[in-house]
Amino acid sequence: MGVPRFWREIPNRYNLIGVKCKNCNRVLFPPRFICPGCRRVGKLEPHKLKDRGKIVSFTVVHVPPNGFEGQAPYALAIVELEEGPRLTAQITDCDPNQVKIGDDVEMVFRRVGQEGEDGVIYYGYKARLV
Amino acid sequence: MRKVAIIGVGLTKFGELWDVSFRQMIVEAGARAIEDAGIDGKQIDAMYVGNMSAGQFIHQEHIASLIVDHAGLLPIPCTRVEAACASGGLALRQAFIAVASGIHDIVVAAGIEKMTDILAEQTTEALATAADQEWEAFVGSTFPGIYALMARRHMHEYGTTEEQMAMVAVKNHHNACFNPCAQYHMEVTIEDVLKSALVASPLKLLDCSPITDGAACAILVPAEKARRYTDTPILIAGTGQASDAISLHDRQTLTGLRATVEAVRAAYKMAGVEARDVDLAEVHDCFTIAEIMAIEDLGFCKKGEGGKITEQGETALGGRIPINTSGGLKGKGHPVGATGIAQAVEIAQQLSGEAGKRQVEGAQIGLTHNVGGSGGTAVVHIFKRGD
Repeated sequence: MGVPRFWREIPNRYNLIGVKCKNCNRVLFPPRFICPGCRRVGKLEPHKLKDRGKIVSFTVVHVPPNGFEGQAPYALAIVELEEGPRLTAQITDCDPNQVKIGDDVEMVFRRVGQEGEDGVIYYGYKARLV
Repeated sequence: MRKVAIIGVGLTKFGELWDVSFRQMIVEAGARAIEDAGIDGKQIDAMYVGNMSAGQFIHQEHIASLIVDHAGLLPIPCTRVEAACASGGLALRQAFIAVASGIHDIVVAAGIEKMTDILAEQTTEALATAADQEWEAFVGSTFPGIYALMARRHMHEYGTTEEQMAMVAVKNHHNACFNPCAQYHMEVTIEDVLKSALVASPLKLLDCSPITDGAACAILVPAEKARRYTDTPILIAGTGQASDAISLHDRQTLTGLRATVEAVRAAYKMAGVEARDVDLAEVHDCFTIAEIMAIEDLGFCKKGEGGKITEQGETALGGRIPINTSGGLKGKGHPVGATGIAQAVEIAQQLSGEAGKRQVEGAQIGLTHNVGGSGGTAVVHIFKRGD
């Protein structure tokens, strides 16, 4: 895949920058380009999210997709961040089998995956149990 | 709006069809449907084809032209419809709308997927493009992984067990044994499922539907003309389609599909029936947990009781509401774009009394439920015997 596709998402993925609607105060992550509640009346501005959240559900991936072969088995979870949005992230720095629903996590910067031997190495967020 | 009926259906064998090409499969399914309907190919006015990803699976786009050309139906219009695994269901709905509106009279609704011309890992990667590439696949999500997130939450909220999920696979493999077109004629036990390799916990290999080649066709006409062609027309009494966020993390709930709830509400309303009127249903069991959630969302039991009624045998052949008599995606196979049409083929055969050893006696009303991706699209159809 072309480098621009990774490059343009860097602020969001590296620094957890989503958007906040100045009309309804809703915080959205991953970022969107129109507020789903206010639509054209909404006004979205970049918003750096707080890095704390809770695990809503999880799985341990044993058969990974391309680019993640060396990491399996790994825990993958839906995390609800303190400010409301949910995202999908790997749970890192732990035995994947110790992850539970309701666990508190913090978002951390990590190497996420790579496109083969000579492709792009890409970075972003993972979650860590606290 | 005109009422619409199915007058003929056709299916290829489902499975790893290494000796059969994409174009051969669609012609085979189409020829069977035309023969079943007793019409001449020249009478067909238009065609809608559900296909998820010929571009990725056989490196061929523009399949509408390819299909209508090789079917010998030039120059009628042919339109490809895509909504991942719901492509077939959407093609049926488009064909329905075309006939109901009066713009066309005899329309073919088709579905096809050729999935084994590339390596299994490439097929898995192609299927994963039905999920959000930027915010799900990017972080290491897989399709079984996304359904596993739903399964884990369903277990947490409702006490659903891995054994209950396994029972869905056991039932659907059993039903598939009576379906000559099914990919598998192989019974499995609860223990087989529980002992199969972990894919994404709690889902194991035998909780997952397989990779399948296959094609399916149905022929739709205005209901008022259906008796010219068949003594057993199958009325499409209701259709409903709805959408939800493509990413699971953006949905209101993880334990059901809002798109299913909305689609079935519209379909029940159009058909003037309720869940309790339905005699049997083909639901989208791409993973065992998906069937459990589907029977809840469609109203066949209370939310959270899908596992329980499966365990009690209510969804088995001979049960209160037989689910996936064809074997479902799990046992019959899941050629993604063909699945929505193949579900309609099963219901048409059941309502015509032509389902052989898996026949549900006296079936009058059937339902199909087809899902795209992890629930971003759902489409439901309700069928009634024409007499």
